[in-house]
Amino acid sequence: MKEKELYREEFEKEWRKELRKSIPVKERMKIPRQKMPEREPEERIKYFKEVNLGLTEDQAVEEAKRCLDCANPQCIKGCPVRIDIPTFIKLIEKGKFVEAAKKIKETNSLPAICGRVCPQEIQCEKECTMKKATGVPIAIGNLERFVADYERETGKVDIPEIAPSTGKKVAIIGSGPAGLTVAGELIKKGHQVTIFEALHKPGGVLVYGIPEFRLPKHILNAEIDYLRRMGVEIITDFVVGMTATIEDLKEEGYEAFFIGTGAGLPNFMRIEGENLVGVYSANEYLTRVNLMKAYEFPEYDTPVYKGKRVAVIGGGNVAMDAVRTAKRLGAERAMIIYRRSKAEMPARVEEIKHAEEEGIEFHFLTNPIRYIGDKNNRLIAMECIKMELGEPDASGRRRPIPIKGSEFKMEVDMVVVAIGQSPNPLIPKTTPQIKVGKWGNIEVDWETMQTSMEGVYAGGDIVRGGATVILAMGDGRRAAQSIDRYLKDKR
Amino acid sequence: MFKIIKRENLVPNIHLIKIHAPKIAEKCKPGQFVIIMPDEKGERIPLSIADWDKEEGTITSVFLVVGTSTFKLSRLNAGDSIPSFVGPLGRASEIDNFGTVVCVGGCYGIGAIYPIVKALKEKGNEVITLIDVRSKYLLYWEEKLKKASDEFIVSSRDGSYGFNGYAPEALKDLIQKEKIDRVIVVGCTYLMYKCSETTKPYKIKTTVSLNPIMVDGTGMCGACRVKIGEETKFACVDGPEFDGHSVDWEELFARRKFYFDDEILSLCEWEKRLI
Repeated sequence: MKEKELYREEFEKEWRKELRKSIPVKERMKIPRQKMPEREPEERIKYFKEVNLGLTEDQAVEEAKRCLDCANPQCIKGCPVRIDIPTFIKLIEKGKFVEAAKKIKETNSLPAICGRVCPQEIQCEKECTMKKATGVPIAIGNLERFVADYERETGKVDIPEIAPSTGKKVAIIGSGPAGLTVAGELIKKGHQVTIFEALHKPGGVLVYGIPEFRLPKHILNAEIDYLRRMGVEIITDFVVGMTATIEDLKEEGYEAFFIGTGAGLPNFMRIEGENLVGVYSANEYLTRVNLMKAYEFPEYDTPVYKGKRVAVIGGGNVAMDAVRTAKRLGAERAMIIYRRSKAEMPARVEEIKHAEEEGIEFHFLTNPIRYIGDKNNRLIAMECIKMELGEPDASGRRRPIPIKGSEFKMEVDMVVVAIGQSPNPLIPKTTPQIKVGKWGNIEVDWETMQTSMEGVYAGGDIVRGGATVILAMGDGRRAAQSIDRYLKDKR
Repeated sequence: MFKIIKRENLVPNIHLIKIHAPKIAEKCKPGQFVIIMPDEKGERIPLSIADWDKEEGTITSVFLVVGTSTFKLSRLNAGDSIPSFVGPLGRASEIDNFGTVVCVGGCYGIGAIYPIVKALKEKGNEVITLIDVRSKYLLYWEEKLKKASDEFIVSSRDGSYGFNGYAPEALKDLIQKEKIDRVIVVGCTYLMYKCSETTKPYKIKTTVSLNPIMVDGTGMCGACRVKIGEETKFACVDGPEFDGHSVDWEELFARRKFYFDDEILSLCEWEKRLI
């Protein structure tokens, strides 16, 4: 409950009281939600530049004024990392942008990323009082993004206070959102933190998965650089489990571990023709384009197929990223094939809207049943079946049921399978002491994020099996608190 | 950054590269591979490990120049550095006492078969090493392999050295002459395919080290999926070695050719920049 008291303390401060009084609630409620400028659809599909352009300073202040600064703010409850949302928004209203950024960073070391990729509409903004009152929540995500960008662009990023060295070494496996969060939290507590990354660049899904037009790499790099400046060591090209095992690292003096190796195992539907030339997993397609920069081929050596009639199977954020990437790489028809209807799509509302604006075709209630190749094993078509929605299933969404006799063929020269990922099996395979669940996910105590192995914690998609950046960061935060406690008790 | 200790042109178009990577040298086992990038803009290329030295902390690979990234790699020298070198990846070869084993190596596989030959011999097998070359001038590591094996045979397709013909034919001769308990093949896809076809009627277990296109090499992307029997496997984590009699070769050949046009375009562009 310590957090709650802190929020209350901020809320009771004199400046906050005055600010609340300065504009009557009725007036605040009249201000329209500020629309973030973005590139025009017909322009942005020609390249990979970021679509959203960020709020202007005036817009940010105006948007901040809409926040009623509730006595019992619900938005914080919707945030997996419990950012003190009202305080940072009111700092924006006062024009104290850098202070606002610092406020966020007390609980979230990656605000420029979260401001861009979090599904705010089902988290903080869903709980916002203004949403309940007027139907239009405060643009919390856009404001978070604004202050993080402001702080970085004005060069006012300060390294926070680092506790005196504890002399304890922590190994973090995987440099995705979970791992980066744990690193940021533990370095502040004075521990010696090393991140081990299998790929040649740090960032995990943020670098290989999320495209440039949604999260520019220079922003990710700035956030990673910030961690490095705090003293985090990042070792790339190191596959824990292969280059060294957790046991080997223990011998090197690491006393605690965090496994954040993500959902690095693509799922396929196991239907006919899935191995045809032209059928990609979303992971491969996006990795080629984002990590290996295939969109700059032949300047970069890694190629990617530039399909003309592209079908992306799935309705999540990864599917949206893949289909919009295909559009940018010259697809004449870039299509989403989704077995449920629009209402059940797990993608962020903004991604769906952007995709629609960019001319992406949506084929709902449709599922592929086989892929058809030519004599050279190259994909030329796919056969689909129409679906209808039945009773809700375990996920609470209505179960799609194939409609008999509704099969039809579609001409496609490229398919991207984006139906989800499973936890990467490398660590569980090479560390049999760690207990895994039915789906290969590492089992943890949800309070502490500890695995069945002492001193070893885990979080993010290796535990959840395909969730979001911010949930991974929430796990990371909890794990960091437990690791800190564990190391202190061990002393 | 990883330091290059040695880079040597062994025979036309085939190079050896030795990299300082003590952690990998500490861990690696026969049959495993590494992923290497020649520079920041290069592809991630999987290379079989041909040798290692724990004391020296080095890994040696032999590679064929086929595209831009391998071409770039062939132009680097001792003292240069590369941005990425990761491993050891994949499962190690199954090393046991099988009896009489034929180890077939061709192309880059003449190097990559070496640690397998050595390990099988140490386990007490009777090891026959059969090396496939198009012509005598493409043979390397002859002495090294001869020393490691009980019997050493070279087959050359132009008849310039040893057996006159293609290695699978020499393999067939061996099978007809004596009892062979196992065959292991490392080299180009066609050689592995042909050897598997040769041993199939005799029901001799034949292991092949597949080389599909890969990106990350840790099971994350699925580019390297291969059909083994009825199942799809990822060569990077489930392999690279599989039962040659269960591989869907037609699919593998097709998948390996996916970027054929792009590879040529890329190479032309790169060569233009060199001039």
